[in-house]
Amino acid sequence: MNNFNIRPKDLTDQEYFYGHKACAGCGATIAVRLALKVLGERTYSVLPANCMSAVSFIYPQMAFTTNAIISPFASTGAMLSGVAAGARALGIKDFQTVGFAGDGGTADIGFQALSGAIDRGDDIIYICYDNEAYMNTGIQKSGLTPYGTKTTTSPAGENLPGAVTQKKNMFEIVAAHGIAYAATASIGYPNDFLRKLNKAKEVRGPVFLHILASCPTGWGSKTELTVELAKEAVDSGLWYLAEYENDEFTLNKNPKEFIPVEEYLFKQGRFKHLKEKDINVIIEQRDKKWEKIRKSWL
Amino acid sequence: MKSNRKFVSGDEAVALGVRLARPHIISAYPITPQTIVVERLADFVEDGSLKAEYMHVESEHSAMAAAMGVSSVGARAFTATSSQGLLHMAECVHYASGARFPIVMMNANRSIAVPWSIYGDQRDSLSMLDSGWIQVYVEDAQEALDMMIQAYKVAENPEVMTPFMVNLDGFVLTHTYEPIELPEQEMVDQFLPMYQTGNKMSMDEPKSLCFSTSPADNQEFKVMQHMAMEGSVDVIRQVDAEYGKVFGRSYHGLTESYRCDDADAVLMTLGSVTGTVRCVVDELREKGFKVGVFKIRFMRPFPKDEVMALGKAVSKLGVLEKNISFGNEGTVFTNVNSALMALDTKVQSKNYVGGLGGRDITKDHIRAIFMDLLNHDRFEERVEFIGMGCEINE
Ligand SMILES: Cc1ncc(C[n+]2csc(CCOP(=O)(O)OP(=O)(O)O)c2C)c(N)n1
Ligand code: SF4
Repeated sequence: MNNFNIRPKDLTDQEYFYGHKACAGCGATIAVRLALKVLGERTYSVLPANCMSAVSFIYPQMAFTTNAIISPFASTGAMLSGVAAGARALGIKDFQTVGFAGDGGTADIGFQALSGAIDRGDDIIYICYDNEAYMNTGIQKSGLTPYGTKTTTSPAGENLPGAVTQKKNMFEIVAAHGIAYAATASIGYPNDFLRKLNKAKEVRGPVFLHILASCPTGWGSKTELTVELAKEAVDSGLWYLAEYENDEFTLNKNPKEFIPVEEYLFKQGRFKHLKEKDINVIIEQRDKKWEKIRKSWL
Repeated sequence: MKSNRKFVSGDEAVALGVRLARPHIISAYPITPQTIVVERLADFVEDGSLKAEYMHVESEHSAMAAAMGVSSVGARAFTATSSQGLLHMAECVHYASGARFPIVMMNANRSIAVPWSIYGDQRDSLSMLDSGWIQVYVEDAQEALDMMIQAYKVAENPEVMTPFMVNLDGFVLTHTYEPIELPEQEMVDQFLPMYQTGNKMSMDEPKSLCFSTSPADNQEFKVMQHMAMEGSVDVIRQVDAEYGKVFGRSYHGLTESYRCDDADAVLMTLGSVTGTVRCVVDELREKGFKVGVFKIRFMRPFPKDEVMALGKAVSKLGVLEKNISFGNEGTVFTNVNSALMALDTKVQSKNYVGGLGGRDITKDHIRAIFMDLLNHDRFEERVEFIGMGCEINE
């Protein structure tokens, strides 16, 4: 499993995504940059409405130096299939088709199209960069916003006490399709992400990568903490690194001990209001999840 | 020319026309009364007579998004829908024209819920009139087939680059069997070569498509889109004339005028009802009434010149349509009157709305409409609903 063509030290200077207008310290741009470095020049990118398309396609300044297109919000999966099919039909060889959708574009409005694309078995890579809310429209709750989060539509007052639902389990939902390859990742663990991208490039058939990408603007965190926070999410057990392939789940990182969740949560404005009882709910949910993971994925 | 006659339904004629146009990818979602189109195309892919990929999409929204993906790399896309499906795809319908993707779509005209109805009226496509698509309404299966080929030729013209919607009246056309003439594939290939476009993602020249604009640029793009649509008028006429020369059938450009020259009253129509009106015109002419029928084929681009020319020649015009813009009048009527506004002479016009949800428009109705037009110099009512089954008491 170690003969991957691009390791961190092999990363080229070539950038395929620069000159964009993302906020300082944006985690999502790291995910897109790394992905394109691995996927290379012969890549078609499809981006629905989200932060990454909003900051990079402002006429006449285009931030993608490889082929890229904005899809309607709900249809990343469908447009990916169309691009791949069209290119195939024209006899174009050796190309990658990758989608960069946010958590909202993946777990909510684009869910149907994602499911359809996996079902078709198309040779596409779907990357969900997860900043845990609708950021482009100003930090509203999405289906992947974690329990307790304060957003502009879950303002953490008396009547709307922050997000009261748990993150939809996209990784396992996608795996349940019997997809060729699915994995979770975090921009806090770039080596792991690169390894999975290399894998994604080789796999024939649909691939789903779900990468946690911190967002200083939406999370209310310091810009210089972007990578650290994404790492701490994993170290505290609130996010995990795993893969699904050939009907099997694999856990890639199994921390012996979790760092205290407070360490991760209280560096972020979106969790500042949480009380002890909320923290207990979060820990309880985490432990329940990890019990299952350790029982069946190890 | 070798003759190749077939007896097919309107839907089958569409599928045969699409096969002749050789799209690379078909992405479509079934809905009555369009379904037979996608079934036949699947059969053609299966039996190898159409070298295309049949993409199973999970909704109409995805059908159009996939078609846009296909078009974004410069390949030829086809889709088909109807009614609720067209509305479900509405976001993508506007998107495709803004992106200037020359996608061709068949729409089976069907009423919109609620009340649910699978039968035909034209409220679905007419509600999409402002979406930036070229819209043609055909009268029979032959015209449907021929328009599939013409549609790609017009849409893909470098000056046009605008998607094209071919509308067939649900059931009346989609499910009615008629004899048609099938053109030879080699001749179609010559008439419709694979298109070349710079508006695509290419490995040699990477591009970003479907970008954002600030208020400083947006309007120029929209004006270009408008100019392309206006410019398509000439292209539509040329392509139709060329088609006539090659295949022996032309459809008179954007409109077709029948016995209108010396007419006292003319009824304007859209789609399959034209045939019935033409029969009534012949019957009334025999009795000495000077009447005619004016078939509007294209609603976008709107045939302003032809309508104005008619308005100069005829003093009384009726517009018969299977559509109502609630709280106002039929959309075809609005468009006709807007073209007539530019005339110095005052034309008396009246809107006859009927056929909603598939209700029959009979020869009796049409005779009554002509008598109404001939017997009145002014119209009290602007809009009259024809063929009402019962009275509605408020
Ligand atoms: C059909 C439709 N509904 C709503 C919107 C408005 N909209 C644009 S981006 C966005 C949020 C995107 O959130 P997400 O997918 O999580 O990506 P992020 O902005 O966080 O990067 C919304 C709601 C839209 N563009 N299209
Ligand atoms: S709001 Fe967040 S995700 Fe969006 S550009 Fe800014 S930092 Fe990146």
